[in-house]
Amino acid sequence: MAKAKTKAKPRTKGELGWKEVELGFFITEPGNSVEVRTGDWKSRRPVVDFKKCNKCTLCYFFCPEGCIAKTKDGYFEADLFYCKGCGICATECPKEAITMVEEER
Amino acid sequence: MAKREGLEVSVAVGDAAMLSDADVVSAYPITPQTHIVEHLAELVANGELKAAYIPVESEHSAMSACIGASAVGARTFTATAAQGLELMHEVLYVASAMRFPMVMTVANRALSAPISIWGDHSDAMAVRDTGWIQIFVENGQEAVDNVICGFRIGEDKRVLLPVMIHLDGFALTHVIEPIELPDKKDVDQFLPPFKYPLPLDPEKPVTMGALGSPFIYTEVKWGQEINLEKAKSVTLEVWQEFDKLFGRKYSPIEQYRTEGAKTLLLTMGSYSETAMVAVDKMRGDGKEVGLLKLRLWRPFPYEELREVVKDADTLIVLDRAISFGGPGGPVCSEIKAALYEEKKRPRIIGFVGGLGGRDISMAGFEEIVNRGIEIARTGSEREFEIYGVRE
Ligand code: SF4
Ligand code: SF4
Repeated sequence: MAKAKTKAKPRTKGELGWKEVELGFFITEPGNSVEVRTGDWKSRRPVVDFKKCNKCTLCYFFCPEGCIAKTKDGYFEADLFYCKGCGICATECPKEAITMVEEER
Repeated sequence: MAKREGLEVSVAVGDAAMLSDADVVSAYPITPQTHIVEHLAELVANGELKAAYIPVESEHSAMSACIGASAVGARTFTATAAQGLELMHEVLYVASAMRFPMVMTVANRALSAPISIWGDHSDAMAVRDTGWIQIFVENGQEAVDNVICGFRIGEDKRVLLPVMIHLDGFALTHVIEPIELPDKKDVDQFLPPFKYPLPLDPEKPVTMGALGSPFIYTEVKWGQEINLEKAKSVTLEVWQEFDKLFGRKYSPIEQYRTEGAKTLLLTMGSYSETAMVAVDKMRGDGKEVGLLKLRLWRPFPYEELREVVKDADTLIVLDRAISFGGPGGPVCSEIKAALYEEKKRPRIIGFVGGLGGRDISMAGFEEIVNRGIEIARTGSEREFEIYGVRE
């Protein structure tokens, strides 16, 4: 299949304005869901106590959003732009290093 | 040279879709729209119209098929009425939000129950907020012209929206009127081939109808609103160009004998024709009465309305639908809202009448105007009055 040629504009993650929405809200580039904030509706967010963390990677694998990534120090942390606050990481963490705290905005 | 001939309005509407080179017609027959789609089926079957005619099992499917057709860039036409329009209701929002141009004629008819095949505007008012451009026509010629204009407006790059043409069931669809069908070559000149900018195309895949999370839904809806508001100037432009080529003028609000009128009556659709005769009669009797005919219903012509009512004392609005338990006539309610902030505005008196095919005669319009003037003077205990109901 020919590669899609689109007039994709560079966008700042999370800042898509109404004028930039594509005609009919069509999606013209594959994988553009990375620009869509899905962490909007969480009521609690995970906070990691790195002193307790043993870098076991379980939270990374269990997160259903795939939003936990390795930090440069080798620890694991959620990208709150996508984290939906389900608390699975906190439940699975064997070191109880993750606490779910109220998301207050 | 196009010539005027006696044509059933439904047939002429079908011919207008043919003159516009519709590529796809998908519809489900329902009274009083039937003759329009039957005629188109014939035109396709006998090869006069080179289009795909998609017979479907319901109006919900008809509108869905039209969306699919428009999505590949086909010029698409359909027609329906009453329960049929209601059955496609949810899909109407999809057509407009996904910016698919198409023209749909609605043969306006009352909604059940009781079952009524006769005309009023309750079907039109129920789809008021679906995001379509909506035009009310008052005779067969207007229906023909606005089907052609509808394609041009909806397909304009600045618009890309579906267009509904409301014509009264029976009162228009089933009457024979003198109608001038434009020449094909003139229509071709007026209406360029449709080129949808982002059609479904395996060479350039796109996703249509994706999920819109809370993060983006507001942006999409605001864009839709601004886009529909902007469609007004394009509509005016297209009507102007139509006038240049075909010599027939259209405007969002038509004025009839409004010079110096202290009292204005506002109507929509075919009843405007009787209302004109009533205004002639009242003018003959020395009454300062004029008529406004609201043609462009969506996007609503705010500036034009404010301009045409500014010198009147009383504005009497006839609605042919009831917003139950609310303001009565939906049109009157919008007009009140549109004029609320005006420093100088007429008293606005709402009537509901002409429901389920009930005629309003010339004398009836006179009665409405006289009662309206009386209410403007003495007030009424009701938010709106109903015309012609038996005690
Ligand atoms: S709370 Fe859920 S979504 Fe958020 S990082 Fe943990 S596992 Fe992932
Ligand atoms: S599961 Fe707990 S211990 Fe393991 S990497 Fe994640 S935070 Fe650290």
